[in-house]
Amino acid sequence: METVFTPWQSLGGGALIGLAATLLMLSLGRIFGATGVLAGLFSVGPSEDRMWRLALLLGMISGPLAVLLLSGQMPVVQVPGSAFMLALGGLIVGVGVTYGSGCTSGHGICGMARLSPRSIVATVVFMIAMAATVFIMRHVIGV
Amino acid sequence: MKLLSTYLIGLIFGIGISISGMANPAKVLNFFDFAGTWDPSLAFVMGGGLVVTFIGYRLVLPRRGPIFGTGFQLPTSRVIDARLIGGSALFGVGWGIAGFCPGGALPALGTGRWEVLLFVAAMVVGIWLAKFLQSLGVASAAAKP
Repeated sequence: METVFTPWQSLGGGALIGLAATLLMLSLGRIFGATGVLAGLFSVGPSEDRMWRLALLLGMISGPLAVLLLSGQMPVVQVPGSAFMLALGGLIVGVGVTYGSGCTSGHGICGMARLSPRSIVATVVFMIAMAATVFIMRHVIGV
Repeated sequence: MKLLSTYLIGLIFGIGISISGMANPAKVLNFFDFAGTWDPSLAFVMGGGLVVTFIGYRLVLPRRGPIFGTGFQLPTSRVIDARLIGGSALFGVGWGIAGFCPGGALPALGTGRWEVLLFVAAMVVGIWLAKFLQSLGVASAAAKP
């Protein structure tokens, strides 16, 4: 499935992600990790902790709608994978980010920006695993 | 005030993810498909995000603390172990199969697509499963004399 190269939107979007990560540190003193936000919602802990995570999650979910209102277009979501691949991938991602203590936002942006050795290792590992998986699926198996 | 500002921070993140292309699995997968339909856009997402966060953290972290709350809650562990590497490798495999990462999928829920909902539901099951397995490990370690 071909996609269009969008350097400016991607750079601007990335800068907004960085702005959100900075503001969350400034306001709550927290790392912006999507994994932590979601996992924290389901963990037993002070309800105060769940409230800010819920507010953050609701804000995230409102993102596409805000883009629709501002630009008149819903963000494009093209899913090449089957329902089985989405469910399998989701399950593996859930297990992986829990054991790996983070994902693209927590390790890849926040941790790398702090020059955390753990995050640098995690990011290199999941990037390589991702590339290898894509190569095997598309060019070896041919899904 | 605290919850409203947190909602707005989530919104900024959600807009950023939406326009960057991270909520679009086809685009994410193409970044890693060097041998096929390569799309380098994601390097720009990572670059933009890293530069802003790198500078932002350097402005924020010297403060005495965050606006709401007592102190900055930064991870302190420096251990690079099999759990970190194995978990991250698994995450990469799952990401490659589905094309969604958690930070891309959560905002994408707002598009109302069933594919995103399925992925997030499976991911929540995976998180729960891993936490359950981890709690078994803690219990058996604690049971040892």
